[in-house]
Amino acid sequence: MRTPRRLDRVLDLTAALGRGVIAMLRGIGGVALFAAEALSHVVRPPFHGRLFLRAFVEIAWFSLPVVALTAVFTGMVLALQSYTGFARFNAEGAVANVVVLSITRELGPVLAGLMVAGRIGAAFAAEIGTMRVTDQIDALHTLSTDPVKYLVTPRILAGTLALPLLVVVADILGVMGGWLIGTQQLGFASGAYLKATFDFLQPWDVISGLIKAAAFGFIVTLMGCWCGYTSGGGAQGVGRATTAAVVASSILILAVDYVLTALMFSR
Amino acid sequence: MSEPKIRLRGLAKSFGPKLVLDGVDLDIRAGHSMVILGGSGSGKSVTLKCILGLIAPDAGTIEIDGRDVATLSRADRRALNDRIGMLFQNGALFDSLPVWENVCFKLLAQKRIARGAARDRAAEVLAQVGLAASVGDLYPSELSGGMQKRVGLARAIAAEPDIIFFDEPTTGLDPIMGAVIDGLIVDCVRRLGATAVSITHDMASARRIGDDAAMIHKGRIVWTGAAASLGQTGNAMVDQFARGEREGPIEMELRK
Ligand SMILES: Nc1ncnc2c1ncn2[C@@H]1O[C@H](COP(=O)(O)OP(=O)(O)O)[C@@H](O)[C@H]1O
Ligand SMILES: [Mg+2]
Repeated sequence: MRTPRRLDRVLDLTAALGRGVIAMLRGIGGVALFAAEALSHVVRPPFHGRLFLRAFVEIAWFSLPVVALTAVFTGMVLALQSYTGFARFNAEGAVANVVVLSITRELGPVLAGLMVAGRIGAAFAAEIGTMRVTDQIDALHTLSTDPVKYLVTPRILAGTLALPLLVVVADILGVMGGWLIGTQQLGFASGAYLKATFDFLQPWDVISGLIKAAAFGFIVTLMGCWCGYTSGGGAQGVGRATTAAVVASSILILAVDYVLTALMFSR
Repeated sequence: MSEPKIRLRGLAKSFGPKLVLDGVDLDIRAGHSMVILGGSGSGKSVTLKCILGLIAPDAGTIEIDGRDVATLSRADRRALNDRIGMLFQNGALFDSLPVWENVCFKLLAQKRIARGAARDRAAEVLAQVGLAASVGDLYPSELSGGMQKRVGLARAIAAEPDIIFFDEPTTGLDPIMGAVIDGLIVDCVRRLGATAVSITHDMASARRIGDDAAMIHKGRIVWTGAAASLGQTGNAMVDQFARGEREGPIEMELRK
């Protein structure tokens, strides 16, 4: 009597685990197919240039203040932290290098990506989710318009192209934040700080960050569109889709950041 | 009798464990107006969405003009949908676009008119549903329920379809506005010479817009006949529904 029951419990657990894994794989497969379909429309006319521009302005222009503030403060904090930390082993001179490398390679793209995930991922999920639950996506079908081509492709394209642009701005402002603290508070000479910044900086440091930015822009807009597109269950469903979009794209950004860093920098 | 425009055979659809359509058989005559009656949640909207290809049925066939739509290529399916207009139950107007762009959306998507000409064309179509041209510059959220229905109707007919679906066109409107919308529907369908399928649970409305009528209950068509006969069909279920009586063969499922 006892053994079968224990076996049952083990089997139940295995089944639950299996269902979870299958659901996850199905989700990943769904997102991948969705992304492939959206990308296929990039080269298939008709193109929705107007919608692309609208999405691009929404992402690039309206995220600018948030990303700029984040970058300036991060540069300032980096300078302070590395100065006080490095003073322990007399390496304060490395502040400028630490700031510029951290910002361009890592913090610029990641923080811009996370900020845009909160703003744009949520907005896209809510907008497209509302269209789903109010039958507007079905209406597109009946109005000779492919909803993925109309709603998703322009947004993903805009995100992938806009984020590198935002990160260029974040890089510049982040370095400026570090310079501000370095010269005003830590006693570096302005010229020497800038020289230290640019002497060791290599093009690849910046370019790798921009590649990351493009990947993060793709992830944020893809997850925003996917969560909205597959949302159901009225207003509550749209709320869940919005949360899911932000959480999923934030985690994916950090995971993909690791993978890209490993690919681009480990020799 | 000539071949029906739309022929449904054994159409079935479940959502999870919930059986919604359980073998729907229905013929819709070309150039005629069919009304489908049935209680809330009886699967009327799902039936229309299956015909439109928005929901894939689990079983059964849908023929339009004698062709099984399941066998159509993506391009042919799109070409078919190009000739179908739909008024959604809750309007489904695009709230990010002004009314004139909503109305001319299909014509613009099919590149049948230039953007510059769309405003004038929208004004013409809006006039057909009794709205002033100035409404074209408003956004859907600025309109009353009755005006939204009219704009939805204008959007459904703007591309001059030869099949039109109306999903509860008068639900939520006052009786006079309901009668006005019914009149507009009859006029538009007649002018286009289209085949129309309307969903309603308003008997007066069904008699006004329908030539034929069918009643759906528990996922099946339980009666078809002339719309004019509603109320004295001799079918206990239809008559109970038409008169809105609590006692009869239809029992409301209050649970599940
Ligand atoms: N996409 C869907 N997913 C799950 N259930 C659905 C879906 N669409 C409709 N249903 C269910 O199918 C039933 C019939 O819906 P519907 O056709 O909209 O009813 P009505 O006859 O009032 O138009 C309802 O119980 C509804 O909950
Ligand atoms: Mg319905």
